[in-house]
Amino acid sequence: MKDFVYHRPSSLDEATGLLAGAEDAKLLAGGMTLLPTMKQRLAMPSDIIDISGLSGLSGITVTADSVEIGAATKHAAVASSAEVQAVIPALAKLAGGIGDPQVRNRGTMGGSVANSDPAADYPAAVLGLGATIVTDRRSIDADSFFTGLFETALEEDEIITKIVFPIPEAAAYVKFPSPASRYALVGVFVAKTKGGLRVAVTGAGPCAFRATDFETALAKEFSPTALAGVTVPADGLNADIHADAEYRAHLVGVTARRAVAEIANGGAA
Amino acid sequence: MQIALTLNGKEVSAEVRPSLLLSEFLREQLGLTGTHVGCDTSQCGACVVHVDGVSMKSCTMLAVSAAGTAVTTIEGLAQGDVLHPMQQAFHECHGLQCGFCTPGMVMSAIEFAETTPEPTEEKARAWLEGNICRCTGYQNIIDSMLAGAAKMKSTQAGA
Amino acid sequence: MSSATGIGVPLRRKEDKRFLTGRGNYVADMKLAGMVQAVFVRSPHAHALIKGIDTASVMGMDGVVAVLTGEDLATDGVGGIPCGWGITGKGGVAMKEPPHPAMAQGKVRHAGEAVAMVMAETLEQAREAAEALVVDYDPLPAAVGVLDAMHSSAPQLFDDVPGNLCYDWDVGNERATDAAFAKAAHISSISLVNNRLIPNAMEPRAAIGEFNPGTGDYTLWTTSQNPHVIKLLMGNFVLNIPQHKLRVVAPDVGGGFGVKSFHYPEETLVTWASSKIRRPVKWVCERSEGFLSDAHARDHVTTAELALDEDGKFLGLRVKTVANMGAYLSTFGPNIPSNLYGLLLAGVYTTPVIYCEVKAVFTNTLPVDAYRGAGRPEATFVLERLVDIAATEMGIAKDEIRRRNIIPKEAYPYQTPVIMEYDSGDPAGCLDKALEAADWAGFADRKAASAAEGKLRGIGLCTYIEACGLAPSRIAGRLGARAGLYESAAIRVHPTGDISVFTGSHTHGQGHETTFAQIVSEQLGVPVDKIDIVHGDTAKVQFGMGTYASRSLAVGGVALAKAGDKIIAKGKKIAAHMLEASESDIEFGGGEFRVAGTDRAKSFAEIALAAYVPHDYPLEVMEPGLEEQAFYDPVNFTFPGGAHIAEVEIDPETGVVDLVAYTAVDDVGTVINPLVVDGQIHGGIAQGVGQALFENCVYDDESGQLLSGSFMDYCMPRADDLPRMTVATHITACAHNALGVKGCGEVGTIGSPATVMNAVVDALAHLGVTHVDMPASPNRIWRIIHNAQSAMAAE
Repeated sequence: MKDFVYHRPSSLDEATGLLAGAEDAKLLAGGMTLLPTMKQRLAMPSDIIDISGLSGLSGITVTADSVEIGAATKHAAVASSAEVQAVIPALAKLAGGIGDPQVRNRGTMGGSVANSDPAADYPAAVLGLGATIVTDRRSIDADSFFTGLFETALEEDEIITKIVFPIPEAAAYVKFPSPASRYALVGVFVAKTKGGLRVAVTGAGPCAFRATDFETALAKEFSPTALAGVTVPADGLNADIHADAEYRAHLVGVTARRAVAEIANGGAA
Repeated sequence: MQIALTLNGKEVSAEVRPSLLLSEFLREQLGLTGTHVGCDTSQCGACVVHVDGVSMKSCTMLAVSAAGTAVTTIEGLAQGDVLHPMQQAFHECHGLQCGFCTPGMVMSAIEFAETTPEPTEEKARAWLEGNICRCTGYQNIIDSMLAGAAKMKSTQAGA
Repeated sequence: MSSATGIGVPLRRKEDKRFLTGRGNYVADMKLAGMVQAVFVRSPHAHALIKGIDTASVMGMDGVVAVLTGEDLATDGVGGIPCGWGITGKGGVAMKEPPHPAMAQGKVRHAGEAVAMVMAETLEQAREAAEALVVDYDPLPAAVGVLDAMHSSAPQLFDDVPGNLCYDWDVGNERATDAAFAKAAHISSISLVNNRLIPNAMEPRAAIGEFNPGTGDYTLWTTSQNPHVIKLLMGNFVLNIPQHKLRVVAPDVGGGFGVKSFHYPEETLVTWASSKIRRPVKWVCERSEGFLSDAHARDHVTTAELALDEDGKFLGLRVKTVANMGAYLSTFGPNIPSNLYGLLLAGVYTTPVIYCEVKAVFTNTLPVDAYRGAGRPEATFVLERLVDIAATEMGIAKDEIRRRNIIPKEAYPYQTPVIMEYDSGDPAGCLDKALEAADWAGFADRKAASAAEGKLRGIGLCTYIEACGLAPSRIAGRLGARAGLYESAAIRVHPTGDISVFTGSHTHGQGHETTFAQIVSEQLGVPVDKIDIVHGDTAKVQFGMGTYASRSLAVGGVALAKAGDKIIAKGKKIAAHMLEASESDIEFGGGEFRVAGTDRAKSFAEIALAAYVPHDYPLEVMEPGLEEQAFYDPVNFTFPGGAHIAEVEIDPETGVVDLVAYTAVDDVGTVINPLVVDGQIHGGIAQGVGQALFENCVYDDESGQLLSGSFMDYCMPRADDLPRMTVATHITACAHNALGVKGCGEVGTIGSPATVMNAVVDALAHLGVTHVDMPASPNRIWRIIHNAQSAMAAE
């Protein structure tokens, strides 16, 4: 790995200052994406700003209508949180299915969301639940957060501090993992929220997106059969050696129906 | 940078470059070559160690990030000539062949035993998502994990 | 059994402790004083001319010690990487064997080929310089797919290899086979692709070269399955180092599976470079680099036909295969799709005539060579898929059609129409046992239960045979081996009766340190904790041929028994002298030399001590010491075989194939350690299941770029991909070796791809599916189901 200047700021302000001041700085939280990228020399940042130890960035707070999760909270903490399991079990389940135990012990929610990896799981939950991404300077709606392949609405020197998930009436996440990487080939998050029905898809497109035709159909009748014949167009979906676009489009339908069935059967609440 | 940590129960301090991975620090700088590196995409799990009691892939963690933590590697498990119950279980169940993935398997298996109240074969197989073995077909590793978990429980109960 | 730690005992392994405590010694773990780190600059192009390499520009970079290229190899007169087998094709035409320089000279022929070697004080510095090195390429169109490469318009890899054809080989009787087809009541046929694989032993390759300018001695530490062969090939044919000046050490090696049995360019390069810069040179392969530099495997395109009479008896088999050799010939490469494939096409059946043609073709891809099973999984796949198709077409049950054609137990030794003479076996016995263990009869209920859950269940069967224990040198020589393939063993009994055993076999997971000790323990009555197995170091061990093709026990183990016989013979002489009896009256058993019919005896340890500290030896008839060496060259291959049964459940909505049950009944000959045998079979099955369901090496057809270049895209089987396997043995002893052993290292990988795919096809049979290529990935299976359903809907 190419050398860099390592910083371990003691405050968020210091971190943003460092981020703005350096030539090509990157934030390091869990490092589950950044470090492999740096090892392959696909990223060669001048500075690394390690925010994993910043106080106030970790932790889970459940209020009457939301779950607030600090950006540096590890996947394992979300997965095993009795509070999250009680109010948004689908989110705990999603976190418990990310990567492997070691990734979950180190990877963070903020890192995953900020990266907008097309095959990451968390973006589906953020979008599916209509979460709010809180940064050091503002709050961003999930709907305007994911803007493209590895692209988000975040500014260069902006840091996610927490994500606020409204507690849904019911939600479920069904993931179809890539056989090799175990990232989501397709993952669909279905939620009955106060703001209406939301269906968010990860893995299939350049970034997480909402399947609005699915939402419309489910709003009329919330059952797997309501989705019969409803599809996402294969055009523009990801295609690789594991799944062509048409298969991915098909999987969106299958996983969505299974998520709906899970909710309908009271499985994941 | 100067870092200090507890390694296999002993205080260690060392000068490291920031880009040094924990796996490189252990292997190259400290000569603890029991921790192996089998891939460069954080998937194979041969490099798994414990950091503050939980399993981590040491190839995907900076050495500087381990400052102030307690790290346990495969070399730190046995008490003298007495193997850790999980090591013993791998021996009894023929849970290793070439031995290359073994350190990561054992470290991962210990956390499995510690965090899984009622271990089952299905849970053990799912737990090994991040550990790849090419020799064993996993069957004897799974048996080792379950036997090791039982041994750890009974050792604890006895203690 | 003459020892509590002898043959057949499920001993826990002696070697485990060092691996379990992190005390293994792998090449990557080693550090030598003054060592530099090497990084290879590899071609990003599949096919390109090298216009220039600006080595001078990086020489001044921090820490850089030297940069070497293919031109330096040429200047130094370093030879090309040799091939160990020469295949003679139709009409006596020798295979084309173009030069294989250790680093590209003027042209690169696959993505990943080494073009320069950068050495620096630290790995990071070497990486920096390697990245900075400018290589000027003139890219050429690439020949990637094996069929494409045969086209007249295809890019040519070598000027003197027209059509990129390495060889056009055949075996069997074409005319007789045609005649059999002419009178057939039924002909079944298949077209298939045997998918290309990347072996991926968990330990990446590594090598350290050290030259001692004071003595002129060279040492190579390498991740190899056969250090002696590397020593001979590299020393004699590449670097011209006298054999007494070259030591090759393969310490603990983290899995081989064939891919570490070849002589690789990097071994030559670190050794050569160490003499140039007069410092030890270390190279450790990274996994993604391994994808671009380890030999690949399989990669056949085949059409085959089976002729049957009206009762389903096989009358003849005709097979045409195009096999990918990659860009250069690797050590065993040309032997795999010819001798290890065509000669196994009889399978366990009485098919009277067979004809097989194989065209081996160069492409702009990594060299293709042996990987666990090597040729035999491919042969089994062709045959066993074809048998299933014939059974379905003729309305004969799949177990029944096999029964009608299986070579009966009493027909052994059995001469096949494709050279091999099977010495022993009982395939029908294996089949019966497997059918029972897998509850074949109860499948319909399980299928119905799966159907109730919306799943498609299928069951698959395969009866197979393989040839291993390479090799009877005489036969191997006729087939093209450029070296005899015996094995050596030496037993050194120390004065205390403790034993060091020196073997030319190499253990890298197989457990020889335990199982070989069990053989000696059985024979000499010494417990295994007094027996150490020494291997992997040419400075310690007499010449040997190494470990591959399940040969360690069947050749190396038998050599060991032969050396043991010599120890006993010498021990009898000593005992006769000590007990003042005739040598012919001395019996050995239970660890004692005894005068027959008396209580006068000497223990093994007493004899050992007497051998080393004699005062009154009959020196005119006997030398002091108790150490014996043996070389064993088998008279025939060994032929393990068996019957495997798999059950799969397919989710028709997603195409996911779930392997839910696997049963294997194998005839591996005498079992030395059942625990180790089971482990070998489990692992072998997992790799075969990997080929069937998960693993696939994919190149971009146009650019020749490897698309499955890391574990992110090359799907390695995980624990949750596999069911609990039921493995059992059904033993017939090998008829031609002293131990009755056959081999167990590859059987799992040979039987399982066909077994699993037969189950997959069975699950889809109602849709009119007769064949599915591997891997049965979700996308592929969904596509098959989707297309079949669309076609049905259209009707």
